[in-house]
Amino acid sequence: MSLLSLHRLTASYGASQALFGVDLEIAEGEAVAMMGRNGMGKTTTVHCICRMLPARGTLVFDGHDLSRLPSHRAARLGLGLVPEGRRCFRDLSVSENLIAAARPGHWDAARVEALFPRLAERRGQRAASLSGGEQQMLAIGRALMTNPRLLILDEATEGLAPTVRQEIWQAVAALKAETGMALLVIDKSLKELRWACDRAVILERGRSVWSGAMAELSPEIGERHLGL
Amino acid sequence: MSRERLLNGALLLALILIPAWALYADEPFTITLATRAVIFALAAVGLNIALGLGGLVSLGHAVFFGIGGYAMGILASHAQSYTPLIEWPFVIEGTKSMPVIWLVAIVASSGAALLIGLLSLRTSGVYFIMITLAFGQMMYFFAISWPAYGGEDGLSIYVRNGFPGLNTLDPIQFYGLCLALLCLVLAVNARLMRSPFGLALDAARQVPERVRAVGLDPRRLQLVALVISGAITGLAGALFADLNRFVSPTMLSWQMSGEIMVFVIIGGVARLFGPVAGAGIYVLLEHLLGGVSEYWQIFLGLVLLIVVLFGKGGVVGMIGGRRRDG
Repeated sequence: MSLLSLHRLTASYGASQALFGVDLEIAEGEAVAMMGRNGMGKTTTVHCICRMLPARGTLVFDGHDLSRLPSHRAARLGLGLVPEGRRCFRDLSVSENLIAAARPGHWDAARVEALFPRLAERRGQRAASLSGGEQQMLAIGRALMTNPRLLILDEATEGLAPTVRQEIWQAVAALKAETGMALLVIDKSLKELRWACDRAVILERGRSVWSGAMAELSPEIGERHLGL
Repeated sequence: MSRERLLNGALLLALILIPAWALYADEPFTITLATRAVIFALAAVGLNIALGLGGLVSLGHAVFFGIGGYAMGILASHAQSYTPLIEWPFVIEGTKSMPVIWLVAIVASSGAALLIGLLSLRTSGVYFIMITLAFGQMMYFFAISWPAYGGEDGLSIYVRNGFPGLNTLDPIQFYGLCLALLCLVLAVNARLMRSPFGLALDAARQVPERVRAVGLDPRRLQLVALVISGAITGLAGALFADLNRFVSPTMLSWQMSGEIMVFVIIGGVARLFGPVAGAGIYVLLEHLLGGVSEYWQIFLGLVLLIVVLFGKGGVVGMIGGRRRDG
C-alpha cells in the first residue's frame, strides 16, 4: 500500500490554475525524485501535500484523507517538510530550533547532531547567524525532530557550496539506508537524484507526464521533459 | 555572565534592599511605591508572555487586571458585610483570605482570557488589537453599570485581606509577599521561555506557517499563552486592589491596558526583567514628576519615544545588549 497517494491533483492560486492533474505514489521506505523545469508545479505540489494550499483530487497519506485537514494536523500524521529557502526560526538558537519542533520517536537532538556534526558545534548559536549550508542542515534536522514517515526536501541543496551539497546528499542517503524513511526529493541535480532516489516523477505544466524507476529515465526522456 | 543577567541581578537586589533603605532613610512611603511597582511589574510580566513571546498585541489586558481586582473586591466586601455571595443552589460566603482570593482571581481571569482568546485569535494584527480593546471596553462599562458592586464609585475594603502567618497591614510584610509572588512568576516565566512550549510560541511569532509544518497549531499555542498571561495579570489585579483596599472600573479602563503595555515597552518586550524595569521607571517618574506637574505623563511620553526610537529591546535591551548573543 502506498504511504502517499496523489491522484488527479489540481490546484490554483486565485484565478490562476497551477496544477492540472498530478499523480504520485510513494511507498513506505521509497525515495522518489520530483523533477521538472522551473515553474512546472513541483513546489505547488509540495504545498498541496502539506496542506499549505487547497487542492482538489485525491490526496491520501497513510490511509488518511488529507484534503480536509489543516496543515499542522497533516504534519502530525508524519509529513516532514524541508521547505525551499530553509526558513529556520531565526531568533532561536540551533538547539532551540530543534527542541521547538520535537515530537517523540527515533530522532532526537543527539541523533540530529550525529547526522550533522556542524550543528553540534553551533548548538548555542542563533539560527540567523549560521551559514546557508548550516541553516539547511538545521532545516533538515528540524523536520527530522518531528519524526516524520515521509520527508519532503524542496530544493535542499540550492545555492550551496559543492562540499556542503555533498554533506547534505550523504546525510539524505544515510537517512534512507539507516532508517528506511520515505523521501520525496526536489532538486536540480540529476546526478545526485539518480544516486539517492529509486523512482522519479516528472512534472510539466502542472501535470505529471512521466514516472518510472530511475534506471528507466533515459537521456531521451530527460531531453524531452527536462531540457537536458 | 551576560550583561542582561547582571542587570537582572541588580534589579532584583534593588527590590530586596528597598525596605532596608526605606527604614534607614525614614521614608516609609517608599515601600508603598515599591509595592505598587512590583504589582505593576507582575501585571506586565503577564502581558509580556502574550506580547513578547506570543506576539499578541493585546490592548485589553486591563480586563484581567480588573477581574483580579473585582475578585478581591467582591469576595472581601461580602466577607466584611457578612452576607453570602450566593445562596442558591449552595451558599458561597465571601472571604478575607488572600490565597483563596488569588485562586479565584487566577481562575476567573484565565477563564476570561480563554473566552476572549477563542474569539479574538481568529483575527490578527490590527483586528486583534481592536477586538481586545472592545472586550476591555465592554467589561469597563459592565463594571460601571453594576451598582451592586459600587458601579462607577467602586468598592472600598476597610481592612487588607489576610495571609496565614503574616501581618499584611505591615507595609514591609505585604511588600515581601508581593515581591515573593513576582519572583515566583519570573522564575516560572524564565522556565517557560526555555521550554518546548515557549520556544514553539516564539517560533510561531516568527514564522507561523513553519510552525504548522512541524505539526504545531500557532493559534493553540497563542491561546495557551493568553490564558497564562491573563492568569498572571489577574493575580496582579487582586494584589493591586488589596494594596489600595479599593477597586473601581478604572482598573478595567483602556488607559490601564495602555499603561501595562507601556511598562513592557519601556522595560523591554520579551525580556525577562523588562516589565520589572518598565514598571519601576513608571512609578519612579510618576512619583518624582507627579509633584512637579500634573501633566507628568508628557515626560513619560518622552521616555517612551526615546526607548522606541533608540532601544528596540527597551531599557533592558539598551543596557543588557541583544536578547540572545550569537
